[in-house]
Amino acid sequence: MDVLKEVGNIGAGNAATALSRLMNVPVDMAVPNVRLMPFECIADEVGGPEQVVIAIYFRVEGEVPSHLFFMFELEAAKMLLARLSSLQMEDGVDFSEMEISALGEIGNILAGSYLSSLADFTKLYMSPTVPQLAIDMAGAVLNYGLLQYGEMGDSALLIDTKFLQDGNEVQGTFFLIPDPDSFSKIFAALGVPYE
Amino acid sequence: MIEESTVVKVGMADLNVCRSGSIRTTGLGSCVGLTLYDPVAKVAGMAHVMLPSSEIAREGARNIAKYADTAIPELIRRMTIEGAKLVRLEAKMAGGAQMFAFHSSNDMMRIGPRNVESCKQALQLQGIPLLAEDTGGNYGRTIELSCESGMLNIRSVQKGVKEL
Repeated sequence: MDVLKEVGNIGAGNAATALSRLMNVPVDMAVPNVRLMPFECIADEVGGPEQVVIAIYFRVEGEVPSHLFFMFELEAAKMLLARLSSLQMEDGVDFSEMEISALGEIGNILAGSYLSSLADFTKLYMSPTVPQLAIDMAGAVLNYGLLQYGEMGDSALLIDTKFLQDGNEVQGTFFLIPDPDSFSKIFAALGVPYE
Repeated sequence: MIEESTVVKVGMADLNVCRSGSIRTTGLGSCVGLTLYDPVAKVAGMAHVMLPSSEIAREGARNIAKYADTAIPELIRRMTIEGAKLVRLEAKMAGGAQMFAFHSSNDMMRIGPRNVESCKQALQLQGIPLLAEDTGGNYGRTIELSCESGMLNIRSVQKGVKEL
């Protein structure tokens, strides 16, 4: 578990640095959590299954197939866009095509820095697919990452990290949900016995 | 509006029955929310089906609420205990979305439509008519079935509220 936490730490640390550079403000992150969690509880991490979020999803392909989600609350996403660009924000839930594209690109940068640091650290090949963006209920979006686990049990192992800005406000959450078969490879790559 | 206190909740890969108030499941993505209702006994049942078939289950304890082919017989069994009759049951369903559009060889990506298909097969096997469905698309849904009327209320972020 500690090994996976360290893996999350390295990835999220790099992503936080990237986000901080993009926005030109300090971005902190919470220590990553690694937990085997019942499906029911996972969405609670971002405010419950019905909480509307912006989710940027990547399927990670390569030696350790995983699901990678980056989730923002709508407010946080609007703020992020406002800081990042001179795009004129419209009110409400609707995002313009330009905004969605910008968010996808932000996701791309963050996922890229997250994964490349993991890949450097573990010497495992990982490659993200094109980002997919959804503005929807957190539960519905996360469904997707849980299917592989669904075949085995009712819990999934996830590494989640929250980004914080200005001390306490939660800006976004990273979820890395490695496929069940990926753990042994991560452990082997790091030279840690895995039972 | 139905009182919050009388809402029976159904989790992911879970099922439940109720005889008053309503029954609800939240955040359906590729999962299917399948509901059964006996209009005479006013017994409602709901399953949050995650995967199409228990045959693909790997080792370990099986949660029968998770698979379409096992959840439906179990739901019928539980409802019969509460006074429902198989011949009177009618079904509605929602969900089975494809949240992300990938052109991938991975079969998991098409799980939503497959969940819908196998729910229909399982219903057919039991001879239960499917009265209405709101399935597919690329958006999430929250559904609530009223025990009193058998009305299925469907909420989604993009499409608002719908009643079946």
